[in-house]
Amino acid sequence: MARLHEYQGKNLLRQAGVGVPAGKVVKSAEDAVSTVSDLGESVVLKAQVWTTSRAAQGGIRFADGPEDVAPIARELLGLKLGGFPVDRLLVEQKVEIAREMFLSIYVDDSVSRPVLLFAPIGGSGIEEILGSSPDKVVRRELSMLKSFRGHEARSIVRQAGFRGKRLLAVSSVLVKAVKLFRSCEARSLEINPLVETRDGRVLALDCRIAVDDYAVFRHPELGIEIARELSRPPSRLDRIAYDVEKNDYRGTFYFIEFDDDDDRPRIAFHGAGGGGSMMSMDAAKNEGFCLANFTDTSGNPPASKVYRAARIMLAQSNIVGYFGSGSGVASQEQYNSARGLVKAFLETPLTVPAVVRLGGNCEDEAVELLEVYTSHLPVPVEGYKSDDSAAECAQRLRELVDHPDRWPLPGPKPRENEAELVVNYGFDTVTGGRVDFDHDRCFRCPEAVCITACRPGILTLVDGVPRLKITPREAARGKCTECLACEQECFFRGENAVCITLPIPGLDT
Amino acid sequence: MSILVDEKTRVLVQGITGREGRVRTRLMLDYGTHVLCGTTPGKGGGEVHGLPVYDTVEEAVEFHGAFDASVIYVPAPLVKEAALEAIAAGVRLLVLVPDRVPIHDVLEIAEEARQVGAEFIGPNTLGVLSPGKAVLGMMGGRADAARRWFLPGRVGVCSRSGGITSAIGYYLSKKGIGLSTMVHVGGDAVVGFSHPSALQAFEADPDTDVIVMFGEIGTSQEERAAKLMANGTVTKPVVAFIGGASAQKGTRFSHAGAIVEGDRGSHESKVQALSEAGACVVSKFDDLPTAVQAVVDAL
Repeated sequence: MARLHEYQGKNLLRQAGVGVPAGKVVKSAEDAVSTVSDLGESVVLKAQVWTTSRAAQGGIRFADGPEDVAPIARELLGLKLGGFPVDRLLVEQKVEIAREMFLSIYVDDSVSRPVLLFAPIGGSGIEEILGSSPDKVVRRELSMLKSFRGHEARSIVRQAGFRGKRLLAVSSVLVKAVKLFRSCEARSLEINPLVETRDGRVLALDCRIAVDDYAVFRHPELGIEIARELSRPPSRLDRIAYDVEKNDYRGTFYFIEFDDDDDRPRIAFHGAGGGGSMMSMDAAKNEGFCLANFTDTSGNPPASKVYRAARIMLAQSNIVGYFGSGSGVASQEQYNSARGLVKAFLETPLTVPAVVRLGGNCEDEAVELLEVYTSHLPVPVEGYKSDDSAAECAQRLRELVDHPDRWPLPGPKPRENEAELVVNYGFDTVTGGRVDFDHDRCFRCPEAVCITACRPGILTLVDGVPRLKITPREAARGKCTECLACEQECFFRGENAVCITLPIPGLDT
Repeated sequence: MSILVDEKTRVLVQGITGREGRVRTRLMLDYGTHVLCGTTPGKGGGEVHGLPVYDTVEEAVEFHGAFDASVIYVPAPLVKEAALEAIAAGVRLLVLVPDRVPIHDVLEIAEEARQVGAEFIGPNTLGVLSPGKAVLGMMGGRADAARRWFLPGRVGVCSRSGGITSAIGYYLSKKGIGLSTMVHVGGDAVVGFSHPSALQAFEADPDTDVIVMFGEIGTSQEERAAKLMANGTVTKPVVAFIGGASAQKGTRFSHAGAIVEGDRGSHESKVQALSEAGACVVSKFDDLPTAVQAVVDAL
């Protein structure tokens, strides 16, 4: 769920016609002070971070007059609440509360419908109160096919004990909130408290909206940068990884960096498939490892996506090992993952031992590729198959990390320093990458291994050198699947005449 | 017997001309699934693997008669449209393979499906496979692998993870324990055919003796499954494993459904609910085959 800040939610509520206190978002104490001229002397300053019980953590403070506002704003802007540094405040007019209420609309998976909860009491700690006295809450399942009607809202509010004009004012908020819930495709929308003021207005004093990650693409107006749940602000690598995923629809690449800080050995964790990844993460933790990140590449991703994932993971500091493990019996062809890892391990290059469980379709080919093409690295890279469990593989990595003295000796280097490639042919790929050839070297190659290895079969021999048998435009639109086979086979079995460049914006610069 | 699908199930593939649609139709045909045709709006009149392609599901029904199931491989934003089209044309079992289908779209599909009594598996599912009979979706990836990995038998499998569905099927078969049907209920926060649905279907299936369930943190599926066991709706033995023991709260772990919100959906709550309802909950995934063997031996 992509979470919106209180002020963003309140903007949406205001646009939807729900009353909210007059307020302004500020990023400095000076700006906070200047709001007083608009908002009046008595204001409330609220830290804009997504965390529960902000008030109890000191993130909500009242102030009277400019002299009072400045120091409080300064204090709040220096805070860190629930892992999030406070970088902006919502300054609002103080409201005289006559009564607090609670409104929540959320997707309930047990009934596959939105559910609305309304209670005539509200405020902090309301969840516990409502939990112990459920009779105070009115609950309604909502239809997705019909719009939510005024009479339905009035029925709910009446049931909660309201009459007359107050019933009318509150029920109209319900109708507008449900409409907003639907229009921004929220997973949840909560107003706690919804208040009646002493002067008879109904206002949303707080607002939490979480938008469905998978719907963010059709809501550019919400300005959501990263549609991911995180318990802290996104890190540099989180952002880089998110962009990779956004720009390549093939398969899934999910990445979150952890900030676990302890003295256990830290490893890069590369899962495959949601369930298998979580299980493998548990296995790694059982071996006493601390995870630098959680990564999942699955759903048949191309080799290029796995390569980018691995490069991003290897950019993490202080890791002592690389653990790759999924369900163990993947439906996808595993040579794509192997190729991606090989390219990342050679280019980085890898300086820690790696244990990768590649069980699934074509596992024999995948493990052979992974092990043979990395055998010259000074660190061990071991591939495992479906009959090796995640627990055994985690154990093996622990052994390699703890005992460098038991590492096997590296194999011979495949090539010594060669002159640079003279590029005279090439084409673009679908993710902004480039496949380049040195055709002078290709002339010397008797095998044309690039052509036989090419998975989509888009290369052919023309006048003794490999060329596309489709148009460069077709290649760039996805006919070149970025399987990486031409480059690797040419490097190890040909003349080292191919170079594939796959940019990762933000990582290399 | 089996649940959801067998060799007689009449199948339609929506989005058959796309990258995934083509490849997985090959798998289904090779495995023995009775696929009759496919649809892609705008590509009517064509052919894929010798099967006719129609513009609409309605047209497909006119030529072939009613379908039992439709497998959907269209891009995620178009899944709702495809699913509603199939429901309108009378199809009563849908398999929604794509990942990243917006949740409000899923709710709409759910409501229309409920009104006419249709079921849908997924979204974000590898599908369902009844060993030796048929597969809907992409479980196994290739027919030869699917045949080698999954043996027919009397254990039903349901799982919230696709890879783990295959893994359970593979490790059980390797131990000589065959399977009636394996169903990947999907990794999303809201799915159609859920663990509780699977348990009830296996309960009603005379050829399933034991149920194996892979659960995960997040959603209420495992808790609801436990309720069905506790109130006597499900009486067959259930062996379960719950993933995500070491996952922290409030962070989503790749599956959209795998997030602990507040205290709901935590690992402990699921393990406790299932254990109290009489399920055999193993704490290590690798212990699953042995635990299932013990339950099968005790029958």
